[in-house]
Amino acid sequence: SSIHCIRGTDLFGYIGIEAVLDQMRCKTMKAGFEFNIMVVGQSGLGKSTLVNTLFKSKVSRKSCAPDYEEKISKTVKLHSVSHLIEEKGVKMKLTVIDTPGFGDQINNDNCWEPIVKYVNEQYEKYLREELHINRKRRIPDTRVHCCIYFIPATGHRLRPIDVEFMKRLGKIVSIVPVIAKADTLTIEERQEFKERIRQDLAANGIHVYPQREYDEDPEERILNNRIRENIPFAVVGTDKEHQVNGNKVLGRKTKWGIIEVENVAHCEFANLRDLLIRSHLQDLKDVTHNIHYETYRVRRLNESNLNFSELGLSAVPLENGTADKCESDSHL
Amino acid sequence: AHYKLAKPENLSMGARPLSLSGHVGFDSLPDQLVNKSICQGFCFNILCIGETGIGKSTLMDTLFNTNFENFESSHFEPQVKLRAQTYDLQESNVRLRLTVVNTVGFGDQMNKQESYQPVVDYIDRQFESYLQEELKIKRSLHNYHDSRVHACLYFISPSGHSLKSLDLVTMKKLDSKVNIIPVIAKADTISKSELHKFKIKIMSELVSNGVQIYQFPLDDETVAKVNTSMNGHLPFAVVGSTEEVSVGNKMVKARQYPWGIVQVENENHCDFMKLREMLICVNMEDLREQTHTRHYELYRRCKLEEMGFKDTDPECKPVSLQQTYEAKRQEFLEELQRREDEMRQMFVLRVKEKEAELKDAERELQSRFEQLKRLHADEKAALEEKKRLLEDDQSSFGKRRAAAQLLQAQSLTANGKKDKDRKKYVHVDTKAAVSSEQ
Repeated sequence: SSIHCIRGTDLFGYIGIEAVLDQMRCKTMKAGFEFNIMVVGQSGLGKSTLVNTLFKSKVSRKSCAPDYEEKISKTVKLHSVSHLIEEKGVKMKLTVIDTPGFGDQINNDNCWEPIVKYVNEQYEKYLREELHINRKRRIPDTRVHCCIYFIPATGHRLRPIDVEFMKRLGKIVSIVPVIAKADTLTIEERQEFKERIRQDLAANGIHVYPQREYDEDPEERILNNRIRENIPFAVVGTDKEHQVNGNKVLGRKTKWGIIEVENVAHCEFANLRDLLIRSHLQDLKDVTHNIHYETYRVRRLNESNLNFSELGLSAVPLENGTADKCESDSHL
Repeated sequence: AHYKLAKPENLSMGARPLSLSGHVGFDSLPDQLVNKSICQGFCFNILCIGETGIGKSTLMDTLFNTNFENFESSHFEPQVKLRAQTYDLQESNVRLRLTVVNTVGFGDQMNKQESYQPVVDYIDRQFESYLQEELKIKRSLHNYHDSRVHACLYFISPSGHSLKSLDLVTMKKLDSKVNIIPVIAKADTISKSELHKFKIKIMSELVSNGVQIYQFPLDDETVAKVNTSMNGHLPFAVVGSTEEVSVGNKMVKARQYPWGIVQVENENHCDFMKLREMLICVNMEDLREQTHTRHYELYRRCKLEEMGFKDTDPECKPVSLQQTYEAKRQEFLEELQRREDEMRQMFVLRVKEKEAELKDAERELQSRFEQLKRLHADEKAALEEKKRLLEDDQSSFGKRRAAAQLLQAQSLTANGKKDKDRKKYVHVDTKAAVSSEQ
C-alpha cells in the first residue's frame, strides 16, 4: 500500500496530535529511568569524586575514605552500587560500577578482561530475559550505558594500557575518556595533550563516544563534531564548596587560588556534565540498546546457531545475517 | 522508541534513595526522550469495523480534519476484506504516520459466520510481522514501521435496541487482541432518551457476554478524573461530517436537516468531541503501550508456546532455549526429510506409470504396423495373381493369333481362285475363332 502525505496545511483544523508528547512525558516520568555508568582508571585518579560531583551526591564511595575496607585485590573486581535519585519529579535509578584494581598491579596484562566479562554478562542477562516466553513488562537494564575512562594528566600521550583498554572496550561499550586531575596542566599543556590523545586514538582505530558512524542526521553530526573536537574533557572533581565573589561554588582550594569546578574557564567539568547528563544521556542509552546490544545479540545468536527463520515461523521468508557455524557449545 | 514501563517500586529494587545537594540536570531526560521521538515520528494505526455505509470513512475524515481517499464500497462483496491506507500527517512539530484500516463488506453476506475471521487474520498478521522482525538475527526494531493495530473502533448500528449477534461474536474474538472502543454510529437518528437506554443495554450485554473493551486508564492522576468520566459515557454516540453549515456567525461541521442542524462538535448533540479527546489527545500513547505490552506479548507467548518453546520444563527447571531450539530444529528437519522422501517416491511412481503407458502405446503402434504390413502384402499378392492371369491370357491370345495368321498364309499360297472364297471362309473362320476366344 502506498503512503500519502498530508501536511499541516491540508488539515482543516487543529486535531491535538501534539498532545501525544505530553502523554509520553507523563508516562516516562511515572516509570522512571535507569542509568548505569562505569568508571575505569587506576586508583587515585579521582573517579569517585568525579562521579559524586556529577551527581551532586555520594553515589560512589571514595577508596581514600577512612572506612573503606577493601584491600588492593590481585585482580580487578567490579563493584556496583545503585541509588535512587530524583529531580523535579524525574526519578532515576543510577548505578555506578567501580573497577578497583584496574591498572594498579605491577603486571597489568589483560586487566581489561574482568571488565569485558562484566559488560558482556549484562548483555547476556538482558538477552536471556528478552528471549523468555513469559517476559517481564520491563526488562531490568543493567547494561553499561557509559564507561568513563580516566587518563592521568601526564601531558604526554596515551599509555599502552590506555590504548589496549579503549581498543577492546570501545567495540562493546560507549567510552567517554577524560583527563583526570587536570588542574596540574596549564591551558596550553592541556590543549596539546588533548590533541596528541586524539591523534593516538585515531592512529589506533579507537572510536569513543559520540561515535561518528552512529550520527543519525546532519544536525546531529554538526553537534557531535563539535564535541569530538573537544574530547577528552579535562576535569577536576570535588565535593567541597567555597566562597568566591560572594557566591558558593564547588571548588578545590589551593594556596595559589580556588579552582572552580563548574567554571568553564578553569576546567571542562561542566562540558562533561552537560554531555553525559543534560543532553546525551538518552542517546547514550539508545546507542547501547540499538547498537552495542544488537551487535552482541547477533554474535550470540550466530554462535548458538539460533536461526528462528529456519523453523518456518511463517510463510514469508526472512532475511538475516549469515550464521557462523561455531564449534563451541554455548547455552542460551 | 519502545520503552517498557513498570511501576516505580520495581525501579527502586536494590537501590537506596539519595538526596541531591544541587541541580544535576537529569530532569531534562523526559525532554531528551520526547525529542528523539519527535525526530523519529509516531505511528498510530486505527481499525474501523462496521457495516457498509455506516459512516466509517466519514468519521475518520472528521476526526483528522482532512479528506482521506475514500472508496464507496458495494454491498455485494462475497467476503469481508480489509483495506489499509497510510498517511503522513504533521501538526506543528509532530509527525504522525497514521494507518486507517477499514473493513469492506462487513455484515453484507448472507452467511456471516466467518465474517470476523479476516479481521482476526489481519490483526494477527501485523503481530506476526513484528514478531518476525524481533526474532531476526540482524534486526532493526527502532526503524521498523509498526503496523500493529492500536485502536479498534467498532461501529454499532443505531437500531436503538441491542447489539447484533454479529457484533457480540466479532468483539468477543477481538477483545484479547486489540483495544476495542465501541461507538454508536449515525447517532443523530436516535433520540436522547432512547440513546441513554441503548447505551446501558449495550454495556450490560458486553459485560454479560464477557467482552473486554478498552478501559481508559485510571492509574495516572493527571488523567484519572477525565478518563473515569469518559468511561461512563461509553459507547460514544458519534456523528461524522466534513461539510460545514453556518450556525450563528460561525461555520461549523454539521449535518443539516429540515428540522434542524446536528453539530458534530457540539457536546450536547453527540459524543464526537469526547471520542477525539479520548482517542487522540489523552490516550493515544496508552493505546500504543497496551498494544505493545499486553496484546502483542500475549500473541508472542501463544505463538512461541505453540511452536513448543517453554521457559521451564515439567519439573520447573529452566529450559535452555538452545535445547528446545535444537529439538524443534531436529523435528523440523525430519519433517522436511520425510516430505522430501514422500515426494521422491511419488515422483518415482509417476515415472513408472508413465513408462508403462508409453510401453502400451508402443505395443499398440507396433501391432497396427504389423497389421497394415500384412494387409499390404495380401493386396500385393492378389495383384500379382491378377497380373499373372492377364499375362496368361495375353500369351494364349498371342499364340492363337499367330496360329490363325499362319493358317491364313498357308491357304493363300495353296489355291489362288479358291483363295478368294477360302479367304472369305478363312476370314469368317478367323473371325469366328477370335470371337469364340473372347
